[in-house]
Amino acid sequence: MSTVKSSSTGHHHAHHYESADHEYQSSKQGVWLFLCTEILMFGGLFVGYAIFHHLFPETFKVGSKFTDVRYGATNTVVLLASSLSMALGIYYNQIRDKNKAVMALLFTLLCGVIFMVIKYLEYSHKIHLGLMPGDWYRGNAEELAQYVGGLEIPKNLPLYFSFYFMMTGLHGIHVLVGMGLITWVTIRTARGEFGPEYYTPVEGVGLFWHLVDLVWIYLFPLLYLVS
Amino acid sequence: MATATAHHENSNYLNHEKGLWSWLTTLDHKRIGLLYFITVALFFLVGGIFALLIRTELYSVGETIMTAEQYARVMTYHGAVMVFLVIIPGIPAFLGNFFLPIQIGAKDVAFPRLNLLSWYCLLLGAGIALTSLFFGGADTGWTFYTPYSIKHSPAVICMALGVFVAGFSSILTGLNFVVTTHKLRAPGMTMNRIPLFVWALYSTAIIQVLATPVLGITVLLLAAENIFGIGFFDPALGGDPVLFQHFFWFYSHPAVYIMILPAFGVISELITTFARKTIFGYTAIAYSSLAIAAVSFFVWGHHMFVSGQSEFAGIVFSFLTMLVGVPTAIKLFNWMATLYKGSINLSAPMLYALGFMFLFTIGGVTGIFLATIATDVHFHDTYFVVAHFHYVMVGGTLMSIMGGIFYWFPKMFGRLCNDAWARVSFVFIFVGFNVTFFPQFVLGSLGMPRRYFDYLPEFQHLNRISTIGSYLIGIGFIVGLITIIHGLLKGEKSGPNPWGGKTLEWTTASPPPHENFLTTPVVTAGPYEYR
Repeated sequence: MSTVKSSSTGHHHAHHYESADHEYQSSKQGVWLFLCTEILMFGGLFVGYAIFHHLFPETFKVGSKFTDVRYGATNTVVLLASSLSMALGIYYNQIRDKNKAVMALLFTLLCGVIFMVIKYLEYSHKIHLGLMPGDWYRGNAEELAQYVGGLEIPKNLPLYFSFYFMMTGLHGIHVLVGMGLITWVTIRTARGEFGPEYYTPVEGVGLFWHLVDLVWIYLFPLLYLVS
Repeated sequence: MATATAHHENSNYLNHEKGLWSWLTTLDHKRIGLLYFITVALFFLVGGIFALLIRTELYSVGETIMTAEQYARVMTYHGAVMVFLVIIPGIPAFLGNFFLPIQIGAKDVAFPRLNLLSWYCLLLGAGIALTSLFFGGADTGWTFYTPYSIKHSPAVICMALGVFVAGFSSILTGLNFVVTTHKLRAPGMTMNRIPLFVWALYSTAIIQVLATPVLGITVLLLAAENIFGIGFFDPALGGDPVLFQHFFWFYSHPAVYIMILPAFGVISELITTFARKTIFGYTAIAYSSLAIAAVSFFVWGHHMFVSGQSEFAGIVFSFLTMLVGVPTAIKLFNWMATLYKGSINLSAPMLYALGFMFLFTIGGVTGIFLATIATDVHFHDTYFVVAHFHYVMVGGTLMSIMGGIFYWFPKMFGRLCNDAWARVSFVFIFVGFNVTFFPQFVLGSLGMPRRYFDYLPEFQHLNRISTIGSYLIGIGFIVGLITIIHGLLKGEKSGPNPWGGKTLEWTTASPPPHENFLTTPVVTAGPYEYR
């Protein structure tokens, strides 16, 4: 694929577009469509959650007692902060303030790391208690009952942890992919490839990152706060 | 200087770059379309061999060439290969990839790299799915119904992950088509002037983008169910096997329209070109594609009338399903009105289009029988259903792929196929198809169940007719393949417009140059300005 140098902006755009702006608008539409597919994919899990929460409210209530709201709340704040810095990263690229843009993107990346570290601590804790999905569940009902203040442990408690691990796991994979993408645009920003005439990749990655945050905003109450 | 000009005139997408590597890394939508053509044709051969094995086993009562276990696997791979690797990518990724950008006057699709990636996703997905053969093969049928499919089977895990990866191929193609249609139309090519094939692909693309992710999460959960026993579909933990059916058909019913809508688009092109007449009801045909796409998301429950879903849900789904008949009939009536007083040319592509109309009508009307709850309870899981969906998928989609190939062959390769032999292939496929599947309507209404390798002795007579018909179809496709290969090697040179088509692809050279048009076309009229 050859590129065409536009006389007005100095930016290269792919040969089948008329202008850099034409390419930008098309790319943005593509990213939004991709985000639709993400929402529908997570939608399957949310529908499953709604059905089983309706059928077994007690299971979800007891299950959520094994989550630590402090960890969940911290992660929510971390991701919200990262969304702000991501938006700033786009903004600083638009005004070609390279240093600030790199700082904002690195901060976003750092937030991703903090999120994953906290997630790791939470997962270790659950695996330690044997609270694994489905067949891998090794929880001892008596020990667990003490842990939640003598509440009765429902027989299908593993179902809650199936949801917990599927939902946070799929989300965690998205965070990792997002971190990879942010690393990529940070490097390109540092090389000075972006400016007011061309910042499509940063904006696309930003949109993706906001969606990942948004999914977490729903996961937090559904998994941590339902009790 | 003179030689340079001459070279330029002969330069086309086939000789623009040379070598296998240039094909494997190509970003040209036309070449990617041909890569899909080869891939889909190979998978069709595989799926077709499975089909013939199935029919051969069913030729006589009792075990003949394979055991019940082998039969279940052959049937599963026939279904999975034909659905996921042949019919779904068939028209959009092959003919669509090639002609959608040309028909709207674009130089390429919006995202050429994603387009190439989609092809590799299909190959990778197929590879992962076929590794299941090393684990003894899956025997669940292509629908992977739980709880049978969640017995910790590595073969099912491979199939599920393969379908997941292949799904990206479909999503990327759809995403590309939506953006291309919106953003890359040539000057003057308003939405009311885009050819009906593009309208059909656009409607299909919307379904691909919105429905495929749901299949993605469904097969991911199926794999997780096999690996971790997560229990969503397993009653032991309070899960629900019927939930799997809801998830699965929420994708797979719209997917039925991924399979048929592009076929409608091809037929619209063929009918108007070979009747040499402006298409009747352009707007109605265009919007009926969108209507089908919209309704397709609300009918999945008709696969589950006997699954134990609520009666009320059954009634609603039954009603909504019948609604699909309306936009579909709008298309058929408009095509017939186009034929009326047309100057009809019965070349091979037109024969395929007329064959499509005949077979698809039977497939569509029997769909209404199945949408009616009272009759569906009788027909459910019988050969009536098998006959119905083969009339739609084979009689509909495959007929239109064949028609489309013979129609656009001169444009793709700059040569003509032998029309007489193409017509012979049509006769074999059309006659063979009816001989194969019409008896299955009768068998189904007599109560012969699907999916078994054996049947009651009184069904043998009709099963023998059906098997003989399947061999006729096989001969028809072999004749078609030979005609295509002959056309590629020895075919007469065709001019830019051998059929007198009016859409943009016929205004450029055959085969088209690398960027489709030497100068970007400016569109001043609708797509089918005959008279």
